[in-house]
Amino acid sequence: MIEVQKITKRYGQHTALDRVSFSVAKGEVLAFLGPNGAGKTTTMRILTCFMPATEGIALVAGFDCADHPMEVKRRIGYLPETPPVYLELTVTEYLQFVGRLRGLSGKILTSSMQREIERLGLGTVQQRLIGNLSRGYRQRVGLAQALLHDPPILILDEPTVGLDPKQIIEIRELIKNLAGSHSVILSTHILPEATAVCQRVVIISGGRIVAEDTPEQLSARLRQSEKISLTVKSPAADTIGSLKAVQGVQNVFASDAPGTYLLECELGRDVREEVARLAVASGWGLLELKAISMTLEDVFLQLTRHEEGFAPDTVVASAEPASRSV
Amino acid sequence: MTPVQAIIAKELRSYFVSPVVYAVGSVFLLTVGLLAYLYVVFAGSQAIQLVQMQGSAQLNLNDLVFRNLFASTRFILLIILPILTMRLFAEERKLRTFEFLLTSPIRINEIVVGKFMGVFLVFLGLLGLTGLMPLTLALFSDFDWYPVLTGYLGLILLGALFLSVGVLASALTENQIVAAFVSIGLLLVLWLLAGLGSLLGDTTIGQAVSYLSFMDHYDHLVRGLIDTKDLVYFFSALILMLFLSHRVVDSARWK
Repeated sequence: MIEVQKITKRYGQHTALDRVSFSVAKGEVLAFLGPNGAGKTTTMRILTCFMPATEGIALVAGFDCADHPMEVKRRIGYLPETPPVYLELTVTEYLQFVGRLRGLSGKILTSSMQREIERLGLGTVQQRLIGNLSRGYRQRVGLAQALLHDPPILILDEPTVGLDPKQIIEIRELIKNLAGSHSVILSTHILPEATAVCQRVVIISGGRIVAEDTPEQLSARLRQSEKISLTVKSPAADTIGSLKAVQGVQNVFASDAPGTYLLECELGRDVREEVARLAVASGWGLLELKAISMTLEDVFLQLTRHEEGFAPDTVVASAEPASRSV
Repeated sequence: MTPVQAIIAKELRSYFVSPVVYAVGSVFLLTVGLLAYLYVVFAGSQAIQLVQMQGSAQLNLNDLVFRNLFASTRFILLIILPILTMRLFAEERKLRTFEFLLTSPIRINEIVVGKFMGVFLVFLGLLGLTGLMPLTLALFSDFDWYPVLTGYLGLILLGALFLSVGVLASALTENQIVAAFVSIGLLLVLWLLAGLGSLLGDTTIGQAVSYLSFMDHYDHLVRGLIDTKDLVYFFSALILMLFLSHRVVDSARWK
């Protein structure tokens, strides 16, 4: 549904996007992850035909954003970073205006409005001025706006910002339900969100795509070493030394909490059994021993902090089985 | 309902739920009403003098009341219309609804025309209310309706021009106060071009500069002259301003 080929966007000397390519299949949910200023919003603005790309091609639903903006605009629902609401209108008036702008009228407009008001739980506030609503409600009105004409493609810029935890779960559920029938791109900096709702994650930093894969694959692939956390009751003076002597252990750090150590081990090697035996034999009083799996958050931080350390092609899903042997 | 009509309806709604229209409208009607009253009283006192000196008085209300009134209204419009137009695009940019409008399936010229039409209808409504003045005067006196009607045509065209300048100024910035000042500034320059033109005298440049100002064109209409040249001036200026607004809105999305 969405096909982006080597898009570059420059603002004068500054390059905001540098040859970004990705695609979204029908019914897929793609998350855009990245620090502020990475180019997420710029990419979305290009896809929604708000601004043109300097170079490259963006195809949405088979139409080129540069040549057929009207066709593209008809097929997308877009929620910008700030919900685009008019504070002096009521929720109903606002949705009516949005629907009319998109060519809905009569019964179809009324039923679409009813559907979205129900779907987003706006029933109790539909006659109130948007200016008097809380941030969470405004965000939901913004979402209702994006969904109103039932577009096949949804582009959501941080859709759960400003919502309370219960609402966040509801909105995630909603996005999950939309998957299958709609193609969705959402940007977020809340990492569990990407894991929760998306089939695929694109990590973008400094205007370049630094990683693209499923959330699980990403964390598996980027794990460079196994980490183990060990907590003992009464550590001896040479605890670190003896732990380092265990075969497979590369490094041992004492953490802030007394008796807790972080062990970095060789890849593919589980040293937990060995460490447990050592702890018991030395009489340290083993309290806890667990493997720490790398979360998407770690991957994200690692990727966006040390970009140069990861050449993009080693990370991007290139379907090489060899690189999956982590 | 077409998208343009949707925009017009939304603009009207926004104007009437905000206090701006009521504030601007009451100031406009109050000042125009007060001026009309003063001119009528002034004409009355002149009539009394004439009766004392000559025994009878033939008053020309068109000269004594309406021409003065139309000349003064010009200045009131220059001050208040920029207040009406300042929010049109500046507010959209400030509140980030600009992006929403530009990613909706509607062309930029439709947005510009819709917004202009919305504020133009508000202005027509206010101007319509001032129509009570000639109607009331007509009950008690005789005057020639023709120059009054062409004067109103002049006011409508002048208002449309002022509003289109305001639309352009509003598209230039996201600060409403700046938008209002820019349009008042542009309109004052257009006004003063008439003075500059007469200073340059009856040369080609002088005539060209005078032509650029709305003063002469408006004066002709107030005096009851409908000249194609003046109509062409107003319509081409209006279209130019809306076209420039279109360009400015279009370029704003590149930033």
